[in-house]
Amino acid sequence: MPRITLVEFNGTGHTIDAESGKTLMLNAIENGIPGIDADCGGACACGTCHVFLDPQWLAAAGESNPLEDAMLAMRPDREGRSRLSCQIEVTDAMEGMVVRMPEYQM
Amino acid sequence: MNPMTQLPDPAATPLEEIDFSDPRMFLEDSWYPYFARLRDEAPVHYQAESPFGPFWSVTRFDDIVAVDTNHQDFSSEPAIVIGDPEEDMPLDMFIAMDPPKHDLQRKAVQSVVAPRNLAEMESLIRSRVAAILDNLPVGDTFNWVDEVSINLTTQMLATLFDFPFEQRSKLTYWSDMATAAPQISGGDADPRERETALLDCLATFTGIWHEREASDSAGFDLITLLQRDPNTSEMADNPVEFLGNLLLLIVGGNDTTRNSATGGVLALNQNPGEYDKLRADPGLIPSMVSEIIRWQTPLAHMRRRATRDLEFRGQKIREGDKVVMWYMSGNRDERSIDNPNAFIIDRKNPRHHISFGFGVHRCMGNRLAEMQLRILWEEIMRRFSLVEVMAEPKRVQSNFVRGYETLPVRVHPL
Repeated sequence: MPRITLVEFNGTGHTIDAESGKTLMLNAIENGIPGIDADCGGACACGTCHVFLDPQWLAAAGESNPLEDAMLAMRPDREGRSRLSCQIEVTDAMEGMVVRMPEYQM
Repeated sequence: MNPMTQLPDPAATPLEEIDFSDPRMFLEDSWYPYFARLRDEAPVHYQAESPFGPFWSVTRFDDIVAVDTNHQDFSSEPAIVIGDPEEDMPLDMFIAMDPPKHDLQRKAVQSVVAPRNLAEMESLIRSRVAAILDNLPVGDTFNWVDEVSINLTTQMLATLFDFPFEQRSKLTYWSDMATAAPQISGGDADPRERETALLDCLATFTGIWHEREASDSAGFDLITLLQRDPNTSEMADNPVEFLGNLLLLIVGGNDTTRNSATGGVLALNQNPGEYDKLRADPGLIPSMVSEIIRWQTPLAHMRRRATRDLEFRGQKIREGDKVVMWYMSGNRDERSIDNPNAFIIDRKNPRHHISFGFGVHRCMGNRLAEMQLRILWEEIMRRFSLVEVMAEPKRVQSNFVRGYETLPVRVHPL
């Protein structure tokens, strides 16, 4: 149960006891964290669970796949540390991870 | 389509004798049992003959997501509607391009509908909606499609293009002409009238392009955004690509929201219990907007073309085969959506619908569409206890646009 902090665009932080083995998106949705829409339900198909990882956590989150890259490429606010949270599986190694949410999902 | 014959019996006719592209199924809104049979009996179904040539139908929600997100195997080129492009009037548009070219052209314009810009547009949209609703003829029966749905979306389009406001009805006309060709969607536009209309659209926008170029516009309209991006700054020199992308943006911002703005009124009238829920709690409007967009599914399909021989759900699809994803069927798939034929404004997980498509071609204007519909319903609920449907709607004859020509209504002030 790693503790992960999700920070809204306005700076409000939410720390959750995340469940390892589930995606970061599902952890956020099931804890009612605002700022992640996840319209497609986790199929890497809509781009509305976009998050920014603090740089030191990029390695722990693993590589993005080509479809995720293609979806992120559509985002006007994409950064190098952009990920789709439905493509990140939470692991115990993510204890203390900080995730920031974009201004909007589209 | 043979207009002299009746549509076949949906339960008793062998699947291979049914034409799933027949636009009368949409004109009459009688498509439900035909596509329910496909979902149950042949979810990936090959039809050897149709007015649009042979094609595969993909009808289940999850299968549509799988095709829509696999742009390597299922190309959007050369067209995304069931009919093939016309040789005498070719159109290139980024919705019918694959990455990487698609990405470059889409990126040039998508910031116009980024939520940051939308926040600035909200008060403008609200004041226009208010003006439209305040001028409705209380006590008379009138056509909601013309007075509200078309009026609202045309004003929005004129703003997005910074198009001369007094000429804005041309945008709607061009949009209707673009999608209503018999060979494209089974529509009923006269081919010569259509050609004249589309050439007028091209000439008008070419004039606007050059004027705006000369004026050094600092605006955020779609034309200025195309001019500002190095990947699209010469687009007006390529009429096939310029007209194609104009029509994409016009149709994308027009038919879809227009028909959802009408569909919502119809759905609430058919489901008075849901209208009661809305009156009791207008806070349900955002969730209702998603449900309206699912229930209406304003674009019935998108088509792809297989780039190689492949097996999909046990079917052998060959390179070059046309693959049609029937979005309105995916949105009625009981495997993915509980009680899918019901209109439920406080549905759990209402955003989980297929109307915007999935993958790299997912609707660019989805947040603008939702915002317009949200504001429309917020302002309706401030004024009227009921928008009452007075007669059956007249629907559009098309297997692409699921829309309405008329919906006679009366409004009842609070």
